[in-house]
Amino acid sequence: MEAIQYARPSTIDDAVSRLSETGARALAGGTDLLVQMRGGSVRPRVIVDIKGIAELRRVEQTPQGFRVGAAVAGAELGEHTAFAAQWPGVVEAFQLIGSTQVQGRASLGGNLCNASPAADSVPALIAAGARCTIAGPGGKREAAVEDICVGPGKTSLAPGEFIVDFFFATPPAHTGDAYLRFTPRTEMDIAVVGAGVCLSLDANGRCTAARVGLGAVAPRALLVPAAAAALVGTSVDDAALAKLAAAASAACQPIDDKRGTIEFRTRVAGVLARRAAVAALARARGQ
Amino acid sequence: MGNEPKIFTKTYKWVGTRPVRPDGVDKVMGRAAFGADYQLPGMLFGAVVRSPHAHARIKSIDTSAALKLPGVHAAVTAADFPDLPSEVSAGGEAPVNFRHVSLNVIARDKVLYEGHAVAAVAATSPGLAAEAAALVTVDYEVLPHVIDVLEAMQPDAPVLHDDLYTSGVDPRPTTASNVAARTGFTLGDTAQGFAAAEVIVEREFKTEAVHQGYIEPHAAVATYAADGMATIWCTSQGQFMVREFTAKLLGMDISAIRVIPSEIGGGFGGKTTVYIEPLAVALAKKSGRPVKLVMSRVEVFKATGPTSGAWIKVKVGAKRDGKLTAGEMVLKYQAGAFPGSPATLGGMTGFAPYDIENASAECWDVVSNRPKCAAYRAPGAPMAAFGVESVLDELAQKLGMCPLELRMKNAAKAGTRALYGPKFLDIGYAETLTAAQVHPHWSMPLGPHQGRGIASGFWFNVGGPSSAAIHINEDGTAEVVTGNPDIGGSRASMALMAAEVLGIDYAKVKPMIGDTGQIAYSFLTGGSRVTFATGKAVCEAADATIAELKKRAAKLWKIDGQHVEWRDGQAWSTLDDGTDRAPLPLAKIAANASKTGGPISGAVSINAAGAGPGFGTHICDVEVDPETGGVTVLRYTAIQDVGRAIHPAYVEGQLQGGAAQGIGWALNEEYVYDAKGRLQNASVLDYRMPVASDLPMIDTVLVEVPNPGHPFGVRGVGEVPIVPPLAAVANAVSRATGVRIDALPISPPRLLKKLVDAGKV
Amino acid sequence: MAKHHVSMTVNGEPVEFLCETQQTLLDVLRDELELTGTKEGCGTGDCGACSVMLDGRLVCSCLVLGVETEGRHIETIEGVAQGSELHPIQQQLLEDAALQCGICTPGIVVAAKALLEQNLNPTETEVRYWLAGNLCRCTGYDKIVRSVMNAAAKMREEA
Repeated sequence: MEAIQYARPSTIDDAVSRLSETGARALAGGTDLLVQMRGGSVRPRVIVDIKGIAELRRVEQTPQGFRVGAAVAGAELGEHTAFAAQWPGVVEAFQLIGSTQVQGRASLGGNLCNASPAADSVPALIAAGARCTIAGPGGKREAAVEDICVGPGKTSLAPGEFIVDFFFATPPAHTGDAYLRFTPRTEMDIAVVGAGVCLSLDANGRCTAARVGLGAVAPRALLVPAAAAALVGTSVDDAALAKLAAAASAACQPIDDKRGTIEFRTRVAGVLARRAAVAALARARGQ
Repeated sequence: MGNEPKIFTKTYKWVGTRPVRPDGVDKVMGRAAFGADYQLPGMLFGAVVRSPHAHARIKSIDTSAALKLPGVHAAVTAADFPDLPSEVSAGGEAPVNFRHVSLNVIARDKVLYEGHAVAAVAATSPGLAAEAAALVTVDYEVLPHVIDVLEAMQPDAPVLHDDLYTSGVDPRPTTASNVAARTGFTLGDTAQGFAAAEVIVEREFKTEAVHQGYIEPHAAVATYAADGMATIWCTSQGQFMVREFTAKLLGMDISAIRVIPSEIGGGFGGKTTVYIEPLAVALAKKSGRPVKLVMSRVEVFKATGPTSGAWIKVKVGAKRDGKLTAGEMVLKYQAGAFPGSPATLGGMTGFAPYDIENASAECWDVVSNRPKCAAYRAPGAPMAAFGVESVLDELAQKLGMCPLELRMKNAAKAGTRALYGPKFLDIGYAETLTAAQVHPHWSMPLGPHQGRGIASGFWFNVGGPSSAAIHINEDGTAEVVTGNPDIGGSRASMALMAAEVLGIDYAKVKPMIGDTGQIAYSFLTGGSRVTFATGKAVCEAADATIAELKKRAAKLWKIDGQHVEWRDGQAWSTLDDGTDRAPLPLAKIAANASKTGGPISGAVSINAAGAGPGFGTHICDVEVDPETGGVTVLRYTAIQDVGRAIHPAYVEGQLQGGAAQGIGWALNEEYVYDAKGRLQNASVLDYRMPVASDLPMIDTVLVEVPNPGHPFGVRGVGEVPIVPPLAAVANAVSRATGVRIDALPISPPRLLKKLVDAGKV
Repeated sequence: MAKHHVSMTVNGEPVEFLCETQQTLLDVLRDELELTGTKEGCGTGDCGACSVMLDGRLVCSCLVLGVETEGRHIETIEGVAQGSELHPIQQQLLEDAALQCGICTPGIVVAAKALLEQNLNPTETEVRYWLAGNLCRCTGYDKIVRSVMNAAAKMREEA
């Protein structure tokens, strides 16, 4: 059998060129790729380790917002106090991926591009309105996080394309985000349902903007505008939360599998969206 | 309730203390060698070809492409193994049919479950071996399969074995079926008992197959020399079991095989049979080189034995005052691909904690297209106890009675006849109930959505053949050699008992696990037998050593042996002849051994009888999230009659570990199959064993009602603690939600559905 | 050449080895460097038995490729004790009988040491969540968690 090649480019251009080869796979934290290789479902011809590229490994703050390299590990982002203070929901979602050990390796880019419908960071990224920079043979482009995954294991990235970084625009004052997932175990588990909510309040405590992302309830993580609309213009009271929960449940198109049932996912999506909204609200209020 | 726990009054110098275990330093430093840690020069790596189908006929196997690959040195199939006749003999933890063991190790005509081994190859690297395995082509004729136990019992179910006729039914069936056996037990007259009852509770229960979940996958290295002698280094619960089973499966003499046990990274019953060891020997024989075989985690889940999923019906009748008048149990257990589920053990144990005049159990052993079940900690008992203890909880609710009081009212005591036959001698079940009642946990207040469950459990504990040899070294230190792999601290127990009997310091005793050539036969580490049976052998070997030491002292003193006593590690002269003889310490006798007859040692081989049955009572508090069905275990207390705790910390550890496994069984662990009979969750990510953050501290109470059958009063302790938790958790959830739990695991989707269906949310 | 030549340090000592791309750091440690104290329980990052430190960060060595470790610093269980002097966590696990079969113990030691290096006063909950990736099937975690907290207390006294 042909030996698997390993490349560690230090520039985006080199990475694009290697990733354009047949059978190339990007390696960031390796927490999905190595498992797939071990299970025999994937045998790359070339593994392109993108951690040698500076742009993928840094966290930058500008007045416009944060730029987080696609290969930054969960533990590293969690240690970035300014980011964690602004985007606690993104950090809590990211840090729910796997164990402490996995946190030392797993990356936002990898979690997104693995395209699991249950990826924990994705609903939080969607709620946060994160956008990604994509490099590829045609140069760089930008896309919203919710437009990357198209189905289980499938992304909209073209051959040779990979994610360089994520941009989080500085939110208005009184914004809070939160992510909650449901798993049977407290840790080391895959979301049966995940819900990310980001909302902003005006000076009177009225919700001026909201985004709701749901995971593990459809072939890909969903942005649920109807759930967000239930909050906007309200004081995020019980009635609004009930409408949000109903809209979240209504948006689900889940499957029955080893981790949960359609009935369970649909019901619990509403519960978690509501609870995440309550947590985001408290953060928006500075509580 | 009157019965105060009997606590030992006799205190010992070493027994009952908590020293550091002798093998501890190696284990915390990573130096201890486990199954996969052995390497030999020129060693090849094996890989096993496994069935992708749940049920299929093997039309042909072609290994030629694999063997053509440079670096591939051998391939074996069932054709390389003798076709054994059906023959049942004692072995492992239960009777063993070596034909079935052989067919499970490597399939001959049919594969009976996904993951069933069909061939094995050996090559110069693990990667090459995997590549070669992928090149083995097997032509299958896929057959209809059956996974569920009740479906497998249907007359139109796909039949796994065309020579399997249900035993234990009259008349004997004339057509083959998946129902291997019916067994049963009857005490008194249940019809009369139920007629006398004022309250009757009856319910059906279901549990799923669960895996032992040891962290160390099976691993073996084997050599086979030109003189026909094989050596196996492997992880198992019994080096003598591996030797016997491998010899049988390969048609070798037992004396042609030496098995050197590695440290064992957990077993819980799952390493009481062979899987890869005979394959490694066969590959070593064919290649002429050492061969290492290590299972992946996927292989462990798919091809080694979980314990049975079960269908159980329990009916109990009682008077208004709570006195049980009758109990009836029907148990249908999955055996997996070959007969031999622990259904009978379920029938024997379920009612054992109770004094019921009229009781019966009907047990069915059923094959289906799943991996052959293996022993798992108190095999068969937890599922039966789940049924019985749940029904008793419901009975207590119906009677408006405290569930502890109900159990106390019916508790088995010395003299109670058990459904499975014997009359109990000294047992400590009632004492565990008393200890539960006075434990602060029992009276702690509960909040909303919280519930408290209790349940009890029983396990026989076994004795059987064990050997021990004690060698006194020249400086007065001692080697204690036994033949049982140390799975949880037994070296420490052996050393403590030897130190106690010999009267020397624990630190002067070096316990060792001998290989099959270094110590006489010892039945495997299982059945909670090691501290009892092998411990008894150690005590007797120490007695034999002392007898020799006394003889030697007499020689040194030049007096008659009858005038020597052994006390505090020294020989004392009792001869009153006017001569003042200072006591002779062991070290001094040892130093002079060459002058008195040579090396001093004592060795015994015994068949230990008198294992004391064990009982436990567990208290569990849970909180249920009614919106998600999530269950959190808030508090847990495990109480058990342990006879005598030789090393109490490791005894507590057994209670805590058994409770944790039982909690996993109750809440989240299960084998999940798809429509094609393929296991869907063969990983420790999706097979959800409890992680550290899932559990609270697990409090323990060691009740010590001595077992008269052991010099220090030891009862087996390892298995009892997995018996109560299933029902303890389920009863807690039932009380927290007001919905009776009748199926495990109580996973959130199931519980939420139950709550919704009951209109609770 | 099909194999990569890799230089790194293990427990402070420079080492070189050859590996194929798909060989994990765990494979390299066990099969090439004969450091078998690091265990494989699952090979998929779900059990923690293969925990090591990679440039000061706790990782599962089964989820790192050997070839990725060029120029990196690895610490394994073999480097935790100073010669024959045990680390306080190792000593405490022994004294608290916090191991039964011992297969998860090297991973627990490495992970717990990483925790106490950044938090010498962890709560029970912090210990439990930090060690959630280290499966133990024998102990029910009770004695392990207590022991890590006991070790922390002793280390605080000595600090």
